[in-house]
Amino acid sequence: MSSKPNAEIVQTKRDAPQARPAMARWRDWLGVTPFFLFTFLFIVLPSVYLLVGAFRDTRGQITLKNFVGLFAPEILSAYWVTIRISAVTALGGGLLGFMMAYAVTVGGLPRWVRTILLTFSGVAANFAGVPLAFAFIATLGRTGMVTVFLKTVLGLDLYDQGFSLYSFWGLSFTYLYFQFPLMVLTITPALDGLKREWREAAENLGASTFQYWTRVALPILMPPILGAMILLFGNSFGAYATALSLTGGFINLVTIVIGSQIKGDILYNPGLGYALAVGMVIVMATAMMIYFALRRRSERWLRQ
Amino acid sequence: MNTPTPRAKRHAQTLWSWFWILAGVLYFVVPLIATFDFSLRAKKDVLTFLAYERIFTDAAFWRTFSFSLQMAFFAIVVSILLVVPTAYWIRLKLPRLRPMVEFVSMLPFVVPAIVLVFGLIRVFSGPPFRLTNTFAGTNVLLVAGYVVLALPYTYRAVDTGLGAIDVRTLTEAAQSLGAGWGTIMFKIIFPNLRVAILSGAFLTLATVIGEYTLATFIVGNKAFGPYMSLIGQNRTYESSSLAIISFLLTWAFMGLIQIFNRGRAEGHLAGAR
Repeated sequence: MSSKPNAEIVQTKRDAPQARPAMARWRDWLGVTPFFLFTFLFIVLPSVYLLVGAFRDTRGQITLKNFVGLFAPEILSAYWVTIRISAVTALGGGLLGFMMAYAVTVGGLPRWVRTILLTFSGVAANFAGVPLAFAFIATLGRTGMVTVFLKTVLGLDLYDQGFSLYSFWGLSFTYLYFQFPLMVLTITPALDGLKREWREAAENLGASTFQYWTRVALPILMPPILGAMILLFGNSFGAYATALSLTGGFINLVTIVIGSQIKGDILYNPGLGYALAVGMVIVMATAMMIYFALRRRSERWLRQ
Repeated sequence: MNTPTPRAKRHAQTLWSWFWILAGVLYFVVPLIATFDFSLRAKKDVLTFLAYERIFTDAAFWRTFSFSLQMAFFAIVVSILLVVPTAYWIRLKLPRLRPMVEFVSMLPFVVPAIVLVFGLIRVFSGPPFRLTNTFAGTNVLLVAGYVVLALPYTYRAVDTGLGAIDVRTLTEAAQSLGAGWGTIMFKIIFPNLRVAILSGAFLTLATVIGEYTLATFIVGNKAFGPYMSLIGQNRTYESSSLAIISFLLTWAFMGLIQIFNRGRAEGHLAGAR
């Protein structure tokens, strides 16, 4: 909101003298009607429908029971698994992505590595859903290349050790494939913003590399790192196609439960299905609010 | 010994950097190699492109692929026609509305695809819309859904593009030469935004072409994403070849965007996980 008065000053300065000041006003609004009509119909209306439905019982009476129903053990466990998988892949993808972005920005690698990494990341961040599941079945499935390699060469049978591609950890490994490239793409600009002078100043004062990172660089980078990880969290939280085609729906994620609810009323209560969806939107909205707050904070230091 | 020379320090740093790049590259490449290898094993003991042949001779592949391509095309056209004039108008006449339009264009981030399709189906299957009763109606609903998924990227790309040109001067110059709104839009604004529009278009294409969540619930097996999923359920090697094909497609679309943007990569969330 801080840009508002500023924008008004610019506007009054740059505006041509208005020939018909009052007349044009309502016509101006006409220009944005299609946009607002479209977004109302296809974003707001569906969301409001689910929200209203979440407060109704099967006979159309207003109720809070559906939200109480969210605390049933199997639903709570769906949320818990989804949140855990999102957190694990946000942390793992965040760490790997950060280290790779570090390597190509301040890590002293040649420029071409950076170009290639950013291009690859753009592709991998968009390679998700059904084909990604196929790729991981060919890699870490029972007869997948890595599984067979570990078994024949190292004598390590993943599946005997309790690993399964179709379970929590398998799904996490699969999600990581689109998570760490997204981290690379979002955190690289922040690392670019680290000023050489800060490092030099720290070194002149006798700081070691370790001290520079723990006392200077990481504190400055913390808001963008956390922000990017929250973005990754949301990215996993809403994933459906990858999980469905990998596990065939046998993993208890919120998105999978909603998917089954759309196909048929598996919860035997449409209102509970709507409440489930509203719960997802609340989690996503919270994540995005924190993300934007952190981004505003990080812009203070890392403006270029 | 306790104070390493600057050169040794730099050396260690470079090694450390290569280590992480190597780790990431392995994560990135190994599944691709495994998938490619798997896709070549449709015949026992020999490497063969048979799985690819079967896919490319499958009528359903071409049918579903061209269907999704059409849906992507309409989604791109609609989102450009919706976003470009709006963003232009906001900058020119209603700058105070800008935070609000920005907020609305971010909403799809908050509503996951599965929730969006849930709401869309419930709203538009009943009166007064009844879009799900006809094929044309479901196609319209799918295109609208894709426009929503693409909205955050399209809006941001177009708005950034508009920021780089002097909208007001261009408009006034055109008006003083007697141009109407249509001429201004199609002969001045669109050509000036072609980089933003093209990168938005290819990003939409990349997300929409194999999209599963919306497609499966709205149009079912007519679309490419659900077709891939169907192949995955009963044809092992063909599914690997499909994964490779769709990876190459993503690669091509993203490569084109990089060319338009002259190598500038952008961070984004795709809507189709």
